[in-house]
Amino acid sequence: MRQAFYDRLEEIARCDRNVHVLTANLGFKFFDRIRSTCPEQFLDVGVAEANMISLAAGMTVCGKNVYCYSIIPFLTMRAYEQIRIDICYHNLNVKLVGMGAGFTYGLEGYTHFGIEDIALMRAMPGMHIVAPDTVENAVKIAELSHTYPFPLYIRLGRAGIHSEKRRPSINRIGEASVLSEGNDLALIANGNMVPVCDAVAKRLRREGIGVTLVNLHTIKPFDHVTVQQCAVLHPMIVTAEEHSIVGGLGSAVAEVLAETSYKGKFARIGIPEQLDAGVIGHADHLWDHYGLSAERIYHRIKELLRSLSIREDESVVQSQICRSST
Amino acid sequence: MEIDFKNYESLAKTARRQVLDIICRTKGPHIGSSFSCVDLLVVLYFRTLRAKPEDSQNPQRDRFIFSKGHASPALYAVLFERGFLSHKDMEGFAVNGGTLQQHPDCNPRCGIEFSTGSLGHGLSVGAGMAYALRKDGNPARVFVMMSDGELNEGSTWEAVLFAAHHKLENLVLVIDYNRMQALGFTSDTLELDPLAQKFAAFNWASATIDGHSFPEIVDAYDRLPFSREKPSVIVADTVKGKGVSFMENKLQWHYCCPGEEDYVLACKELEL
Repeated sequence: MRQAFYDRLEEIARCDRNVHVLTANLGFKFFDRIRSTCPEQFLDVGVAEANMISLAAGMTVCGKNVYCYSIIPFLTMRAYEQIRIDICYHNLNVKLVGMGAGFTYGLEGYTHFGIEDIALMRAMPGMHIVAPDTVENAVKIAELSHTYPFPLYIRLGRAGIHSEKRRPSINRIGEASVLSEGNDLALIANGNMVPVCDAVAKRLRREGIGVTLVNLHTIKPFDHVTVQQCAVLHPMIVTAEEHSIVGGLGSAVAEVLAETSYKGKFARIGIPEQLDAGVIGHADHLWDHYGLSAERIYHRIKELLRSLSIREDESVVQSQICRSST
Repeated sequence: MEIDFKNYESLAKTARRQVLDIICRTKGPHIGSSFSCVDLLVVLYFRTLRAKPEDSQNPQRDRFIFSKGHASPALYAVLFERGFLSHKDMEGFAVNGGTLQQHPDCNPRCGIEFSTGSLGHGLSVGAGMAYALRKDGNPARVFVMMSDGELNEGSTWEAVLFAAHHKLENLVLVIDYNRMQALGFTSDTLELDPLAQKFAAFNWASATIDGHSFPEIVDAYDRLPFSREKPSVIVADTVKGKGVSFMENKLQWHYCCPGEEDYVLACKELEL
């Protein structure tokens, strides 16, 4: 995903000499093309994220179109106040490209996990946030970001499971993509969780359960309309994200549902606020441990569906009791 | 042409009086930090900086970032004298619904190139500007004025490394070295000396001057850049509260606002 993103960006940079790509000394090999074809537009600032963000702000006010790259926690957290003041307060269209959504860096451990970043970036006034799910969509975001006029945080993960020939499903930043439609539940996901939920939805459909699958790739500006439509059409909504359960996609959807007085069943699937001590492994292992694998999400949804039908049965019984007592 | 140092002196005195007035009117903080950098600002705006209020959007103007944003009264006073700010702007300093807050908000038309207030950002932003301007072959220079307290910030040193590595000859750092920060002397908080040598070791070209001597300030600014292919730093030895004898080198004037009696006494010392 990252390679495809930077390859496309390299093509853009070749045509637009105003594009500059900054990295805080990370991205071994990924920048080889841009370094060879556009060396004047590539800048490794060293292991200095705070400085990188402020440099980008200074370059932008002098007319440059700047992308900043690092691993998610270093990019978004080490330089948080620089992002707040130098980028967002000045409303500069700097692009922050973070690698390592969720558990992407698996065995590297907690220091490298990107699991609180969306909550932090959501709180940042004026920051827009997009999390592509596939290679094709990452390439599409590289294209769309080039002329994007606002501060933009691009959250990259491992994905890369589709061939480059598949068409991107993202049309526009800020507009969710409805990937499939069904009547029983809406499954809203982003980033790495979209292909996982796609597998879950297929399995549920084979059992006759109708699933609407939404790729809510842009967390800000938030596509309220699509979420509201899901609320109108489905008795159950489940969100899935490779991010802390606090403050991410699930929280954003919950805010909309609460304000529209959604009466259906709602559940958030995500990473618990505190990780379990001593649990280490590749992303797949961690997904399974924390309930983010297709298998675990499938069972969670089945459980939710069961509780929903029990609740429905109960309410039928309840209404019968009410009727008989009057 | 002979330099009219007397003019700088009177500009500085008027600016200090303006600082005193707006701070006392609004009961605001940071009079000491404002007074220490007035002389450096006066020469910068009236001699050195290639930036004019009537041509404030010129892409080739020199940029100035006032990184020690808490001392904004000094910046506003000099911008007012230089014609970047109006009477109305000054009347709106630090009042509800006013124009100028206590930490400067970005407004290039008024000569404020970037918002500051959180310490340790200015040099990085300035380095980014200098880097971009040089890429475009733009002859503009970037000046950053910083307090000594900001040298405690790690991000400042990231920028110091960057500017030297990239040989940002068009970047000038002016340090208002009044040797006092929020809770005490710099030497009791985090020792900065030997400061100029630190910069020299980081491959900057430096000059140490008396930050209240107009001949020394003029000489330093006129000699910029100090060296080919190096960023320049002016370590300006200054006095916190400079210009009003009872405020000089007194920590209380980092935060406290002069009372009525102090105000009368200070006005006398700032008479032209």
